[in-house]
Amino acid sequence: MKTDKLIDMLGTNLEPVKGGQLRNTLIIALAVGAVAAFCLMLVTFGLPAAVLGGGYSGLRVLALAFTLGLATAGTSFLIRSARPGEPGRKLLLLIGLPFFAILSAGLVALVLADPAAWGGMVFGPQWAACLICIPLFAFAPFASFVLALRRGAPTNLMRTGAIAGLVAGALGATVFAFHHSSGSIPFIALWYGGPILLCALVGAILGPRLLRW
Amino acid sequence: MLAGLKGDAAAHKALLTTLSAYLRGYFKTHLARIGRGSADAEDLVQETLIALHTRRHTYDRSQLLTPWVYAIARYRLVDFLRRSKASVTDVAIEEADEVLADDDPSSVESGLDLEKLMAHLTPKTRQAIQLVKLDGLSVSEAAARSGMSQSAIKVSVHRGLRALSLLVKQRSPS
Repeated sequence: MKTDKLIDMLGTNLEPVKGGQLRNTLIIALAVGAVAAFCLMLVTFGLPAAVLGGGYSGLRVLALAFTLGLATAGTSFLIRSARPGEPGRKLLLLIGLPFFAILSAGLVALVLADPAAWGGMVFGPQWAACLICIPLFAFAPFASFVLALRRGAPTNLMRTGAIAGLVAGALGATVFAFHHSSGSIPFIALWYGGPILLCALVGAILGPRLLRW
Repeated sequence: MLAGLKGDAAAHKALLTTLSAYLRGYFKTHLARIGRGSADAEDLVQETLIALHTRRHTYDRSQLLTPWVYAIARYRLVDFLRRSKASVTDVAIEEADEVLADDDPSSVESGLDLEKLMAHLTPKTRQAIQLVKLDGLSVSEAAARSGMSQSAIKVSVHRGLRALSLLVKQRSPS
């Protein structure tokens, strides 16, 4: 086929394109994924006390701030990554910020506490549940992000996949935080942050396969 | 680009034509380095034009156009190299001159679409089409080469062409 003919073909019956389409697609994917994860949590654990208003301890608010901060920063990065080109380092730093904050807060809490209590702080209530449930709840958001990103044109597939995994993990952790009463700050840093990073790793591995175009 | 996004067909065509010249130069430079010919470059130009067209909603109007085009071209190039990794060294020495000498853009047609479509055919019809329609052999030569009878070649070519035209129709919705 001649290139001129192809250009002619592409130009015929040209449809106008609205701006902001891609951004809306990703935000819808975020909402759908979050709702799906929340429903899965309801099915698994039933209605948690925190949703009904009670039980907003300082720690739960901190956990939610951490995961929601990650999800927000990650989503704005995803919107940039879905377009061809370099998204810039500033946004990557923004994603690192919640991790840095929770890790330093966790370390400070450990230093202030009695060393004898460290074991109890780090291996707090249900650490294994965090490790299993956060990736489990992250599955639906990740799938909806992949579907949305396939309509875009990401050029760095591994990084885009990693961030999609990270945001999905953060959403999974957000939903999990409603059910879970966290033990301490170091516990949140390790058993929320760790599974979220695990999700990011899986996303990085799957990205090049799922997002190719 | 902005006019094209609003639906101005003439502006869109003009843009794609201008970009295709840049893309041709870009891909030729990069492919020449690894010893690939200009037909491959033309395949890539066409692939990239299709990508620019179908992914035009990913262009952010507040940003510059060139980095966006470059990112897509680069992505297509990397994807192409990955796909054809195995066949990079496949060009025989005797053919290399011919491949490199064929440098006139107006005479270069891409084999891209046809090759993709051919993959859908059965092996027998594909071979018949390849020998008779693409390599330009006569029916008797093709029969001798493939070990099929002459009438089998004729039937296969006929069936293959019909299947191909159906496939082309399926692929272009308009």
